[in-house]
Amino acid sequence: MSAEPARKLEETAPAPKPAGVVLENKLSMVVFSGDLDKLLAAMIIATGAAAMGMKVVMFFTFWGTAALRDAKKKVGGKDFMSKMFGWMLPKGRNALKLSQMHMGGMGTAMLKSLMKKKNAPTLDQLFDIAAQLGVEIKVCEMSMDLMGFKHEEIIDYPNIDYVGVATFLANSGKSSNQLFI
Amino acid sequence: MSDINAAKVLDLKGLPCPMPVVKMSQEIGSVNVGEVIEVHTTDPGSLSDFPAWAETSGNEVLDTEQGGEFIKIFVKRNN
Repeated sequence: MSAEPARKLEETAPAPKPAGVVLENKLSMVVFSGDLDKLLAAMIIATGAAAMGMKVVMFFTFWGTAALRDAKKKVGGKDFMSKMFGWMLPKGRNALKLSQMHMGGMGTAMLKSLMKKKNAPTLDQLFDIAAQLGVEIKVCEMSMDLMGFKHEEIIDYPNIDYVGVATFLANSGKSSNQLFI
Repeated sequence: MSDINAAKVLDLKGLPCPMPVVKMSQEIGSVNVGEVIEVHTTDPGSLSDFPAWAETSGNEVLDTEQGGEFIKIFVKRNN
């Protein structure tokens, strides 16, 4: 009664490649974080990729959706929990905090003044450039619902819509580059 | 000194990442295919980024010059 001999390496067939999938020169990015530093990185990579001629799709989900709120827009008719979330979460990209060294606002203010001094693009400028370069923004409908955000309080952006996970997967499956930030 | 004849000079001095390649991508269409843009930048990252940008976008970096007050990069439009 001998055990089955160990299979030799060459007998192991390689996993078949999924048929018909052709990767596009495209970046699919999940923006999960609502931290200032991480959104800066995401926007710099997105605009850089678009400048390189890549198609870019950014999927904003969970804490990331708060970064897309427009501080100037006011919406009513929210229930108690939605109001609480709306009040606790940052109202738009200019209200975001650093993930580290926030120090009650001092660190974030210091970074912003440094960026100004070094002429680094602000989030406002990066969103403008992204819009000019055709970067698509897709927002997770489920996160919006969870946080109690309404479409009416989201920024004006030329290429924005509200989607589910299947849209992300269909896009990322065809993308040469994928990131989760 | 480079003897490359540029159709256009693009002044990107003082702009940090990602602005040099962003501006480059927006300006490349302003010259004809085969013509050269002379880029002036103070961002040392551009030395690596412009060849990477050119490779991906199907254009070409012909030459770079360092040592002056700013970096010169000569970019040829190929498509």
